Amino acid sequence: MIEVQDLTKSYGSVTAVDHVSFTVNKGEILGFLGPNGAGKTTTMRVLTGYMPATSGTARIAGFDVFEDSMEVRRHIGYLPETPPVYPDMTVETYLDFVLRIKDVASEKRQERIADALAKTNIEDKRKELIKHLSRGYRQRVGLAQALVHDPDVIILDEPTVGLDPKQIIEVRHLIKGLAGNHTIILSTHILPEVSMTCDRVVIINKGKIAAVDTPANLTMRLKGGQRVYVDAKAPEQALEAALRQVQGATRVEVSSRADGHATATVEAARGQDIRSQIAAKVFEKGWPLYELRGASRSLEDIFLELTTDDATHAQQAK
Amino acid sequence: MRGLYAIYRKEMGQYFVSPIAYVVVGLFLIASTLLFNIYLKGIMQEAQQMAMQGMQYGMPESFDVPGQVMRQFFGVLTIVFLLFLPLLTMGLYADERKRGTMELLMTSPITEMQIVLGKFFASLTLFVAMLLPTASYIVFMCLKSDPAPAWRVLLAGYAGVLLFGGSLLSFGLFLSSLTESQIIAAAITYGGFLSLWVMDFGTQGSASISGQLIQYLSVIRHYDDFSRGIIDTTAVVYYLSFIAFFVFLTVRSVDSMRWRRA
Repeated sequence: MIEVQDLTKSYGSVTAVDHVSFTVNKGEILGFLGPNGAGKTTTMRVLTGYMPATSGTARIAGFDVFEDSMEVRRHIGYLPETPPVYPDMTVETYLDFVLRIKDVASEKRQERIADALAKTNIEDKRKELIKHLSRGYRQRVGLAQALVHDPDVIILDEPTVGLDPKQIIEVRHLIKGLAGNHTIILSTHILPEVSMTCDRVVIINKGKIAAVDTPANLTMRLKGGQRVYVDAKAPEQALEAALRQVQGATRVEVSSRADGHATATVEAARGQDIRSQIAAKVFEKGWPLYELRGASRSLEDIFLELTTDDATHAQQAK
Repeated sequence: MRGLYAIYRKEMGQYFVSPIAYVVVGLFLIASTLLFNIYLKGIMQEAQQMAMQGMQYGMPESFDVPGQVMRQFFGVLTIVFLLFLPLLTMGLYADERKRGTMELLMTSPITEMQIVLGKFFASLTLFVAMLLPTASYIVFMCLKSDPAPAWRVLLAGYAGVLLFGGSLLSFGLFLSSLTESQIIAAAITYGGFLSLWVMDFGTQGSASISGQLIQYLSVIRHYDDFSRGIIDTTAVVYYLSFIAFFVFLTVRSVDSMRWRRA
């Protein structure tokens, strides 16, 4: 549905997006993850036809975003970072205006408006002026705007920004519900968001793609592999020595607590589950075991690892 | 076409939900009514004096009161427009850019030309709505005058006003498309209009080539004939070209937003 090839966008001497390539299949939700200023918004602006790329191509539904911009625009719905709403309009007239500029036939408009209002759960705000709505409601009006003309591709730039936790969950459900019929790209810098909503994740940093995979695979692909957290009533040094003997443990970190407990984090080599060996070891020594759990590394760790590479390299160089 | 109409409808709606339309139209009507009254009174007094002089010296002068009033009234409207029209154009692009709604328009299947023309026609409609009541004063005056004045003067006068106003609006809209701030848009539009006026004023009767060139290109000079009841095709072509030129520049300016970092 969406094919991006070697896309580059420079503003003068600053390269915001640097040779980015990825594809999105029909009905998929792709998460665009990266720190602020990574080039997420720029990529989206190129995809929506708002900006031309410096080099490279992008095709949506088979149409080139630059050559066939008008066709592409018919196929997309776009929610920019700030919802593009007119404060002096009511929600209903605003959506009607959006349908008009999206070239939707008049007999379909009422039905489309009702549908968008229902999906974004703002039916009761239908007649209200947008300037009287709170930030969260405006965001939902913006979302309604992106899907009101039933586009094939929906591009959402940070759709949950400014919402309260309950609304965030609602919006995530909404986005998940849209997948299948629509192909969705959403950008975010909030990690749980991608693991919860997206089928695949593109991690982008400083304009370059750092990784593309499913959230589950990304977690798996981690270098150090499994991590186990242990809490036992044992002397610190003895525990450390014992855990080091466990086969497959690559790294052990132990700290003691005032109540006589010692806690340890053990890292295992890739693809090995060492939890039972650890438990056996602790029992063998006769220490009471209070807690033992696999602390699998989160997307957060991958993200930091992938996006702070340069910083660590710089530190190592020192 | 549908896109153009959608933009037009939206802009008309925006004019009338915000106080701008009411304030501008209201103030314009007050100003134009006062001016019309002043001219009508002044010229009627003058005509009476002339008539009395004619009786004394025995040569009755014919004095065209409605023609004179219309000439002066249409003449002074140019200055009133310089004051009021920037208020109609200042927000049309600046606001759109500031709110980020330009991004919505520019990622929708409508062309820049449709956006620009939709906005231009909306401002022109409001301009016409603002002018319409003034026609009632003139029609009233003409109906009461004897002999009946040449209606051509009235029609030519309004044709001129429309073309002149349209030119200022297209110029103002272009200036509004250059900035994100309404205030700056208003300021540069006032500055721009004023310089049009100053350029005309400063070169009146000038014999130098540059002076004559500026006179030839002056928006205000071409308006003179209309207020005398003459529809000169040169002037009509001039105004239409002026409007087309600034509409074109606005389209380019809107398009250039895509190439800028915003």
